[in-house]
Amino acid sequence: MTTLAPDTRRLIYERPELLTDRSSHYCPGCGHGIIHRLVAELLTEMHLGPTTIGVASVGCSVFAYDYLDIDFVESPHGRAPAVATGVRRVRPDAFVFTYQGDGDLAAIGTAEIVHAAARGERISVIFVNNGIYGMTGGQMAPTTLLGQRTTSSPAGREANLAGYPIPITEMLALLPGVSYAARGSIADPSAIGRTKKMLRRAFDIQLAGGGMSIVEILSTCPVGWGMTAPEAMEHVSKEVVLTYPLGVMVDRMKDSPTSKDKDEA
Amino acid sequence: MTVETTARPVLMKGNEAMAEAAIQAGCDAYFGYPITPQAELLEWMARRMPELGRAFVQAESELGAINMALGAAATGARVLVSSSSPGISLMAEAMSYMAGSELPMVLINVMRGGPGLGSIAPSQSDYFQATKGHGHGDYRVPVLAPSSIAEAVDLVAEAFAMAERYRTPVMILADGVMGQAMEPVVPIYRMPPREPAGWELTGADGRPPRILRSLHLQPEDLEAHNQKLQAKYAVISEREVRWAGERLEDAEIVVVAYGTAARVARTAIERAREAGLRAGIFRPITLWPFPSRDLAALAPRLRAIVVVELSAGQMVEDVRLAVEGRTPVFFHGRTGGMVPTPAEVVAVMERARDATSAAASDTAVLR
Amino acid sequence: MQHATIFGGFGGQGLLFAGHVLAHAAVIEGREVSWMPSYGPEMRGGTASCTVIVADRPIGSPIVDTADSVVALNPPSLAKFEALLATDGLLILNASLIEAEPRRSDIELVAVPCTALAREAGDDRLVSVVALGALIARRAIVSPDSVRQALAEIVGPARPALVAADLAAFSLGLEAAPVASPKVVPVADART
Repeated sequence: MTTLAPDTRRLIYERPELLTDRSSHYCPGCGHGIIHRLVAELLTEMHLGPTTIGVASVGCSVFAYDYLDIDFVESPHGRAPAVATGVRRVRPDAFVFTYQGDGDLAAIGTAEIVHAAARGERISVIFVNNGIYGMTGGQMAPTTLLGQRTTSSPAGREANLAGYPIPITEMLALLPGVSYAARGSIADPSAIGRTKKMLRRAFDIQLAGGGMSIVEILSTCPVGWGMTAPEAMEHVSKEVVLTYPLGVMVDRMKDSPTSKDKDEA
Repeated sequence: MTVETTARPVLMKGNEAMAEAAIQAGCDAYFGYPITPQAELLEWMARRMPELGRAFVQAESELGAINMALGAAATGARVLVSSSSPGISLMAEAMSYMAGSELPMVLINVMRGGPGLGSIAPSQSDYFQATKGHGHGDYRVPVLAPSSIAEAVDLVAEAFAMAERYRTPVMILADGVMGQAMEPVVPIYRMPPREPAGWELTGADGRPPRILRSLHLQPEDLEAHNQKLQAKYAVISEREVRWAGERLEDAEIVVVAYGTAARVARTAIERAREAGLRAGIFRPITLWPFPSRDLAALAPRLRAIVVVELSAGQMVEDVRLAVEGRTPVFFHGRTGGMVPTPAEVVAVMERARDATSAAASDTAVLR
Repeated sequence: MQHATIFGGFGGQGLLFAGHVLAHAAVIEGREVSWMPSYGPEMRGGTASCTVIVADRPIGSPIVDTADSVVALNPPSLAKFEALLATDGLLILNASLIEAEPRRSDIELVAVPCTALAREAGDDRLVSVVALGALIARRAIVSPDSVRQALAEIVGPARPALVAADLAAFSLGLEAAPVASPKVVPVADART
């Protein structure tokens, strides 16, 4: 005689409501899939779908609008913070975020991000830093590490030729218009959990009426880096963090509460 | 500041009149960056928009300004942007994106001399840029050219209506004279009715998400999108051509000119008629779509056409295309901020008359 | 009828203001008018000018190659604009600042110590309003009462002292250039 054990299975992983049921075009090991999922989870948990207007930028993540089931406007390369400013100024009740890569935000769009930050625009910026131009074939980005080989720095980035990696989130954190600035990564599950908390905090701050909230996320580009996916993840946690240390750089709204994670609730 | 709603004319500077016309047309948001000779437009908006509870941002650059406009327009707002020539060059990028994403907006260019930093004096040297391009890709933007401040006021309202009717940016092409001069304006303004757009981003609340984009990576998709745009441009070309004529009934020589050049031409044809030359004006109001068909219909009964521009000769190319060699076309232009004088224009008209009578007798000899 | 006047002088002499007053007076009379300034990066001190055209029919170019009247408030503007005057055109010359004689002999010259009279009216900066008075004394472009109304409306009811000073300056200008027959040219016939 056998006794069936009571059914203790529970669903611990499912597709968030606001993530579309569509195969991703991202390369194996690319971090965008994980970050899209975090954004979709948060928008779903925080019930932001009906009020969100996303601003897509140029780069691999331009297709974010194919995977996040929300209203989206596509902006020219680097201009997402200006586009988001326009949305914000005529839609005070909308939840507005940009999703930008490092070439978009830290090179061609430097003026737009700095001045949106200086104005304290009430938007959230999701800044995905993988240190390379992925979409165009793996060229050097403003955030490329010293010594890193890319198709446009074949001998490795040399400071005397191509300058230094730009810690733009630290720079932005200096501005009083920036209410929250943090850097996370997607290199391992615990890092992903901490990054999600940073994004939640950034979203909460926008909803609480704060200024710009920005979360830089160290991500991967195994194809551009010439690595396997596991190697790329390890590279982020061992190497990239030395140039771009993780943590919260500034939180100017410490008195404003953070919403509860669904698992904590 | 309150604006009288009586019918008594008030003296208004062009830049300020266009700004107020936009406000009265229901402009929800203005984004700009200071540049001469249109700074008063930005200053007027800086004062008026906040007092009306509407959006005003002085951007970090013209790139910032027009991309803010892109974002605001994506939500269905009625948006105005203004600049002058060098700033318009910076805005060219977003013009292409907005045409591709089919976003309505009104953009005012108060032209100054170029190329490069050029001068701050009036010019019409951005005709090519306005009508043939600005940004990359197969697209067109309706271009309206006021020739008086009262007309500029009217065209601003018309531009908003056209932008929303066709989901396209629309450009008002003015110049330093139209921006800086004061003329009487009857302060009766027009607000185009607001039609429900059905494409604007408001948050996907109880409906499927909307995406406003210009990227279509599959060639088949992009070609289909381009065909849709071209079909729209064909409709605009068919329906929206505007021009005005003066003294065309018996004219033998006609000046084709727009904006400030048409004002110079008006003085010139009066003088020419006093000197016995039957002169008239054909004044395009839409530079794109260009009134080619109407000009072509008029041309065969003219002895000559004289094109006058504050440029080295840009619109003259469209005039020549329109008349297809059937009528001799003469050109007079000044550049760099110089404005042609009526005397210069009369001299060219007289030369055109003399040359065409010589040509007529040459033809007779050859026969 | 169409009458083009060029006001020239230093920035800060109020010539754009005087042109504005003339243009506003024309609007009060229901006339066609255009006011076109020179504009430049120099906000104060440089030579500035404006052209005011008043007409009874739609106006052509706001920038003219011939002026019916020139108001020259400083030496550079005399040098620059004298040549644009039509034959029998009127030249109002600020005798307080301009020592040079005009070269033209086919024009009507009225030398008025505008700066001195402005001081008499209470403010050096009213120099252009004095000149406007002299202009209107010689050319009935608009009526003096329209100018007075325009001054009151532009300067505004909130600044009665300033309006009074402007009106005084205008009257001094009017009186300084009494019509000198037989040179008077009624505007209606000045240009055909």
